[in-house]
Amino acid sequence: MLDDLDRRILRHMQNDPNGSLPDLADRIGMTASRLSRRLDKLRESGVLRGQRAVIDWRALGFEVEVSLRITLDKTQTRAFDEFLAAARDIPEVIEIQTFLGRVDVRLSVIARDMAHYQDIYRSRILTLPHIADIETLMHVARIKSEESLPI
Amino acid sequence: MMELDEIDRKILRALAEDATQNAGALGRCLGLSQPATWRRIKRLQDSGVITGRKLDLDYEKLGFGVTVFLGVKLATKGRVSLEDFERAVTAIPEVQTVEHVLGLFDYRLRVTARDIADFERVLRRRIMTLPGIGDVEANVLLSEERRPGPLG
Repeated sequence: MLDDLDRRILRHMQNDPNGSLPDLADRIGMTASRLSRRLDKLRESGVLRGQRAVIDWRALGFEVEVSLRITLDKTQTRAFDEFLAAARDIPEVIEIQTFLGRVDVRLSVIARDMAHYQDIYRSRILTLPHIADIETLMHVARIKSEESLPI
Repeated sequence: MMELDEIDRKILRALAEDATQNAGALGRCLGLSQPATWRRIKRLQDSGVITGRKLDLDYEKLGFGVTVFLGVKLATKGRVSLEDFERAVTAIPEVQTVEHVLGLFDYRLRVTARDIADFERVLRRRIMTLPGIGDVEANVLLSEERRPGPLG
């Protein structure tokens, strides 16, 4: 179980994920070695799965981001597994989510421009197995993206 | 726009998995010296390819068992109503991401809650009272995976 100190550590790390360990220890008011032991414990318990670098795909020339909301043909018993396995093979798919609701799966797809997107859509997406319906949402802007939990 | 070579791509893939690796350890895996690796990481940061770090937390273990994506359509449009809506929606702590989209909806929200009852509270008290809100579609997240992306 998490105690108050764990929560405080995670709150601080969420607010400033780029801070160094000694800085963080300073701000919380504990020694770096004690903090690092706490972090090890949080990792062992699986609460803290890791820290990932955030990549800005636009800086690499991927100007287009599209959300594809997909409904699958559920009369096929293996529809989910086969669809997901095939979607993982498309390098431009950067996120795969499954849902309970009107939509079964959502894919985040990035492309260099609209021509590139059209090519991916036709040659890779439409050839995925068991698709019943696709809706497209084009990303205009990210208004909020902190993805921090109210811990 | 930054052009990447094979080593840059390997560094990006490695840091996207674990951003706490230092240049020395990462360099050893790639057969590079510590300073050479550090320079490449620095270049990726300075050019804006790496924008920072993100904590990867197990939400369920932290007591947030439900994530719902909401597709939101505004009832009234116009520059003022967009700004009002955006200001109000970003202030809700349970709303983690807000994306402005084109298509069936105007916005896509990621909402985290402790359980379905907590989600219902957020939906009724916070979301449905937002200025200009119209149709809302909810889809409960079952699983999620981030892919490495086109890093060859």
